Amino acid sequence: MPMTTENFEPKIIAFMCNWCSYRAADLAGTARIKYAPNVRIIRVMCSGRIDPTFVLAALAQGADGVMLTGCHPGECHYVNQNYKALRRYAMLQHTLQQLGLEPERLRLIWASAAEGQQLAEAVDRLVEDIRRLGPLRWPANWQEDGQRLKALAAIEKEHAEASEVPR
Amino acid sequence: MTQAKAKGKLALYWAASCGGCEIAVLGIDAKILDVAEAFNIVFWPCATDGKVRDVEQLPDGGIDLCLFNGGIRTSEQEYMAQLLRRKSRLLVAFGSCAQEGCIPGLANLSNRQEVFDTVYRAAGPTFAENPAEVRPQQHTEVPEGTLHLPMFYDTLRTLDQTVEVDYCLPGCPPEAENIWAAIVAILEGKLPPRGAVLGLNTTVCDECPRKRNEKKIKKFYRTWQVIPDAETCLLEQGLLCCGIATRAGCKALCPQVNSPCIGCHGANDAVQDYGARLMSALASVIDSEDPQEIGQIIAEGIPDPVGSFYRFSLAKSLLRRSKREPTQRNGA
Amino acid sequence: MKRVSIDPITRLEGHGKIDIFLDEQGEVANAYLQIPELRGFERFCVGRPAEDMPNLTNRICGVCPEAHHMAATKALDAMFHVDPPPAAKKLRELFYSIFFATDHTTHFYALGGPDFVVGPQAPPSERNILGVVAKVGQEVAGKVLKMRRDGHALIKMLGGRPVHPNWGVPGGVSHGINEEQRQEIERLGRDAVGFAQFSLKLFDQVVLANSDYVKLITGDLYVHRTYNMGTVDAHNHVNFYDGQIRVTGPDGREHAKYAPADYPHYVAERVEPWSYLKFPYLRQVGWKGLVDGVDSGVYKATPLSRLNVAEGMATPLAAAEYRRFFETLGGKPVHHTLATHWARLIELLFAAERWLELSSDAEITSKQYRVLPTAAPTEGVGCVEAPRGTLTHHYVSDERGILTQVNLIVGTTNNHAPICMSVKKAAQGLIHKGKVTEGLLNMVEMAFRAYDPCFGCATHSLPGQMPLEVNIRNPNGELRHRLTRQINY
Repeated sequence: MPMTTENFEPKIIAFMCNWCSYRAADLAGTARIKYAPNVRIIRVMCSGRIDPTFVLAALAQGADGVMLTGCHPGECHYVNQNYKALRRYAMLQHTLQQLGLEPERLRLIWASAAEGQQLAEAVDRLVEDIRRLGPLRWPANWQEDGQRLKALAAIEKEHAEASEVPR
Repeated sequence: MTQAKAKGKLALYWAASCGGCEIAVLGIDAKILDVAEAFNIVFWPCATDGKVRDVEQLPDGGIDLCLFNGGIRTSEQEYMAQLLRRKSRLLVAFGSCAQEGCIPGLANLSNRQEVFDTVYRAAGPTFAENPAEVRPQQHTEVPEGTLHLPMFYDTLRTLDQTVEVDYCLPGCPPEAENIWAAIVAILEGKLPPRGAVLGLNTTVCDECPRKRNEKKIKKFYRTWQVIPDAETCLLEQGLLCCGIATRAGCKALCPQVNSPCIGCHGANDAVQDYGARLMSALASVIDSEDPQEIGQIIAEGIPDPVGSFYRFSLAKSLLRRSKREPTQRNGA
Repeated sequence: MKRVSIDPITRLEGHGKIDIFLDEQGEVANAYLQIPELRGFERFCVGRPAEDMPNLTNRICGVCPEAHHMAATKALDAMFHVDPPPAAKKLRELFYSIFFATDHTTHFYALGGPDFVVGPQAPPSERNILGVVAKVGQEVAGKVLKMRRDGHALIKMLGGRPVHPNWGVPGGVSHGINEEQRQEIERLGRDAVGFAQFSLKLFDQVVLANSDYVKLITGDLYVHRTYNMGTVDAHNHVNFYDGQIRVTGPDGREHAKYAPADYPHYVAERVEPWSYLKFPYLRQVGWKGLVDGVDSGVYKATPLSRLNVAEGMATPLAAAEYRRFFETLGGKPVHHTLATHWARLIELLFAAERWLELSSDAEITSKQYRVLPTAAPTEGVGCVEAPRGTLTHHYVSDERGILTQVNLIVGTTNNHAPICMSVKKAAQGLIHKGKVTEGLLNMVEMAFRAYDPCFGCATHSLPGQMPLEVNIRNPNGELRHRLTRQINY
């Protein structure tokens, strides 16, 4: 069912590190803090595990936005791997902007295990920002609508109409 | 009297490519005569006189091996991809264009309208004396009849985004010894499972003779800003050498003439997105933990991230092309 | 009308098809050569770092990437206002001479030559390099293979890779050679000169001694009296690497001589809806359609053109061949398109002699093969002769060296109009009363093969369309020319 902007519900994929930010999400849950249900969480052991491929795959498969979360700089469970996430995020933003993606659609958030409220608020803000931007539907960028099939049929016809020359 | 072994039928075709793969095939030198012994070349527009009609009149599966280079840019090229897929037992995506789009894939940062306007609009540099704003048409009526041109698609596609492909030979172009090794493997039936890339599975770094220490980059240099030391790893010296994310097979030729690898052999097996691997690798060697500084190192040293990370692989990447406004879409 | 289609045209670089329309009497009413390919280089090179251009433009054509690589590198020199050291220029010209010799060899023996060696109406399965090998025998085949092998090995030695070199930088080249390598290049240069002489002798034996071929070459079927364009040095000798562009008329008189950067004043392009490729013509003469003659701006830029616009060759053996060529064909200019195959072999000899000359120069082993630019990049034009015609690269960049505009005028594009005319005339001359055979269609194709077309080159894309002011500066940053392009509606 095609979504109009009025009833558009953003689909956001979040990659959350196990130690801080996933626990923050957990805390939001047990504390019954309400936040937008649009985020599908994928837990990784560390934000340093986040491969740019994950972000690109999520967008290519139709996500309207992607969220990356991890422990605050200096507090990474694995010492300093979250700086890798920071640098990869910078590379991704730089690249995705050149491809025409709005920078608001990719967000990096640091959250400690005690910051359930803050994480919930960050999620809500992201969802609203993306609702305003509208659906992304990246695969539509390369889809075609039948002109191609007409063109292929025209080639067959052109070949059939040319005269035979004995070889 | 010996029974002559029946010759197989071989086709080589070029779609949106440059002819470098044809020259690379000739690079197998005298072995081209061995190829001629094993195969009748039924279709190779660069070098022989077979016509499309000859291919159309073959039975399905009548071609034993088709080496197809070039990306799919127009409807004629898609037609040929489908035709040759039908007529060939084995269809090999030969070279970077067919495998991942290669340099012409950079046009996926644009669309047909923009390309046509750049090319044909009146009032330009040399050039287009085109006051009537004529554009190439798929069908043009002339006094004698109708002339046809194929449709130029908005998005360039790889061969395997168009038809099913049996094997891939990477490289822009593939190196002659790898071409010969692939032909031998095909003739001897010693092939990996269908769908495989016929190549090594390490990176260019593995083949590169330069000395490696620890990479801690505070600045990426453009190639005209520094004359590199001839012995040390180029990435370590701050140059954007793509070898770290690029499939081996070339013996690191470019670094041996002091030029950074530009990534023409594509990604390794199990890599979904070449640019993502390169981004990841470069992120790992940037020596900073400060967001401001990181942003500056990247912005200053990599002013064209898509061109640098996806130089050969944009069409094959997960996102394939830049965002395209609905009004710009021409149906393909 | 009945339509006969040659699809695709073969033994060339690039894509094309020829549609021949026959009227009720079976005569050729018209023949159209259409180029169905386009890739868009001038669009997608915008936004790229300038230093990527030698590598990006390689992929315009894999048969002549060295030409694009060199034109791009020279454009970068100009753009960055940097003058390469003398050793770098010699290395570049040496590399270029080796490439030229190799490319011309490939064309004569694999692409255009088979029509003469095996015969224009020989069975299609024999009209190719393999048929040539079978006809001339293993020894000659061995010579041809050696020439190509040597050429690509040296291209790899200097430029890094046998196809698509990665060597050109603003201010020089990325690496040099040692004495051992120089000796190897010199040794193979001697072999190349011998091979070029052998090829010319083969042409004498196979073509010029065959009266049918001579009739074909000197007859009227493949003739158009057009303007000619090529690059000459200070002595008006043919030069592939550097010089001024000279245009002469159908009668041989000079029409124009200009620095490459001034090309916009002399060349314009026309669009037809039935081909992706545009038609350049001489702006000052004007477009009169696909016709030849002194009033039509159609011009050729081929090996034959280069010999026509020059007044000789810079090396002794080639100079003697040049004189013999024009003596045999009755003076300058020669408009018989098939004679281009002969002209190509004379250029092969010149390239080989130049290769030998430069490789004997001790300076090419110098370690001073590169200087870094110090000025900010602005804009630059780089020009060479590609084997198929004059090649121009023109880039404009921002202060970071990111390209904002790219114009490419490529070898074969120059020849689009005359190729169409040659094809039509050949078709009209060969096909009568509806009699169409495969062999006759191949003879129609011979009309374009003489040009050694590179339609991959030609269909990179086409110029950007911004009205623009162009400031051409010398290496000191002083303004040499200012050109403005107007909007024509």
